[in-house]
Amino acid sequence: MNIIVCVKHVPETAEADIKIDSEEKSIELSGLVFDINEWDNYALEEAVLLKEKHGGTVTAITVGSEDSESTLRKCLARGSDKAIRLTDKRFEESDSYAIAKILHSVIKNLPFDLILTGVQADDVGYAMVGPILAGLLGIPHATMVKKIELSDGASKVNRELEGGLEEVVELKLPALFSIQTGINEPRYVSIMGIRKAMQKEIKVLSLGDLELNKNDVGVAGSWIKIEKIYVPPAEKQTEYIEGSPEEVATKIIEIIKSRGLI
Amino acid sequence: MDFELTKEQKEIQKAAREFADKELTPELGREYDKKEEFPHELHKKAAKLGFIGCHFEESYGGQGLGILENFLILEEFCRADSTLGTALLVSTFGSDIIVMFGNDEQKQKYLPKVASGEWIASGAITEPAHGSDITSMDTTAKLDGDKYVINGGKTLISNATIADFAFVLCQTKPDAGRRGQSVLLVDNGTEGFDQTKIHGKMGIRASPSGEYSFSNVRVPKGNLVGVENMGFYHTLEFLDIGRAAVAMQAVGMAQGAFDLALKYAKERTQFGRPISDFQATQHKLADAATQIEAARLFAYKTAWYLDQGRIMPKMTCMAKNFATRMAVKVIDDCLQIFGGYGYIAEYNIERFYRDIRVTDLYEGTTEIQKNMIFRFLTK
Repeated sequence: MNIIVCVKHVPETAEADIKIDSEEKSIELSGLVFDINEWDNYALEEAVLLKEKHGGTVTAITVGSEDSESTLRKCLARGSDKAIRLTDKRFEESDSYAIAKILHSVIKNLPFDLILTGVQADDVGYAMVGPILAGLLGIPHATMVKKIELSDGASKVNRELEGGLEEVVELKLPALFSIQTGINEPRYVSIMGIRKAMQKEIKVLSLGDLELNKNDVGVAGSWIKIEKIYVPPAEKQTEYIEGSPEEVATKIIEIIKSRGLI
Repeated sequence: MDFELTKEQKEIQKAAREFADKELTPELGREYDKKEEFPHELHKKAAKLGFIGCHFEESYGGQGLGILENFLILEEFCRADSTLGTALLVSTFGSDIIVMFGNDEQKQKYLPKVASGEWIASGAITEPAHGSDITSMDTTAKLDGDKYVINGGKTLISNATIADFAFVLCQTKPDAGRRGQSVLLVDNGTEGFDQTKIHGKMGIRASPSGEYSFSNVRVPKGNLVGVENMGFYHTLEFLDIGRAAVAMQAVGMAQGAFDLALKYAKERTQFGRPISDFQATQHKLADAATQIEAARLFAYKTAWYLDQGRIMPKMTCMAKNFATRMAVKVIDDCLQIFGGYGYIAEYNIERFYRDIRVTDLYEGTTEIQKNMIFRFLTK
């Protein structure tokens, strides 16, 4: 079972003070702490668990600058066997489609049975790289995956739907799954893992090494152009729930249920 | 001169931070502070990931890393939670004397079990009549055939009631003072070796302390660590690592308190604006950050010396003297930023305030550090 995991090095924004940069196309990145994208963290763990069960190798792959090596090192420390970093000045400002093309150009030449990605990235959250990559490779895919069972040449996966529903689907391998958080409990990085990872090499490739030209990547190779990023003005939306404690409690539970939280 | 951590050191720091943030939670810290118990489960979890005794050689169950790497881990642990961080840090206390002076057999027997989290270590130096002054010991060990017979008592011993073994500083040559002491290893369960817990400590309550009593405790001659009658000097060298570790612990705790205070200052609104807008708060935090950074460099430098195999007692005494006083003051200032809420357990800063105080007392009081620094300055 050869598994490829696509990961992204993203800024942690959940508790940080976010500022929009002067061109209003991005957020200010200085001072932010970067780490592996949360969804990818689960995807990597799932890949390692599958490897531990079925044997084979795990290869982590990312598109990013030298800073993103720490995310690949983390993957190596947690059980990935190989790591590839795709980097080039000309990859900058690539949209999901261009990123999928970059990944495709490398992955198509690698042996694989399974590709795992996170459902989406913490930063831009398009949730498109996985499905586009599957399309480019001509393999089936499933999104929002919460459980994976593999048998000879086939897979059965559970997909998370809205309203607390789950769907079970069967796909032939090779396939691509975009992994939902909560599918497993990602392990901690151990000191032993770090020591082992330091011995492993990260393969670095740039545009010249790929079967792509400069018009396939970056702004030229993208279909989506960011117009503006801004903080929407705050709106006051307060709903007062009235009635007896029992009625109020029932209403609150309904609201929580309708949001799919329980 | 290179002040940059290596890639590997940064990864270790990050791994320790992630583990600490998720596992050394304030809720768990409060629970164990209240119970006055050691967090065994957390300790085993940390050990399994290689965070305990990572500076032991690989052949003795460690990760073959340096003191600096170990310090980076304990800094992160103490930052995340002063109570739990201290408990984990102190779990190995005493084992470094085996690393430094133990023979292969002793290292094989004790170190792998300490690193794996199976065993907890302890070091018994202090006696009721000998706190800062350890130049003569009332606990005696007499050779009887192929065994030492130990009699006496020790107090304020970290891990006393949970440790699986102790190194014990004994007087082996009566009336010879510092030139007549030896370090002996005593396993828990040895006949005549008893432990009593000390209750009601001000802080570091997840790291139980207690008393040891020795009544005709017989240990094999092979339990002697290092050279007979050189125990005082072995202990001083061992304390060099201990002091540096306390300096690092103080930096970690001060950073943890600072992080809490900075977050609170940004959230807490008074007079229509966050209290971080007031210069009185800003100056407290600016000073705290400056002091912490200075102490951190000091602690890292002592670790660097130790990793070079250079015993620099003047440096470690200075680092401990500076870092612990700094941290007591900084945490006091951080608590002040919380106002009245800082006095309440739920806000956690009060635990940092209680926990830090011991760093000024153990591994030699600040006054002893100053005596030693002056002695080295005038040597």
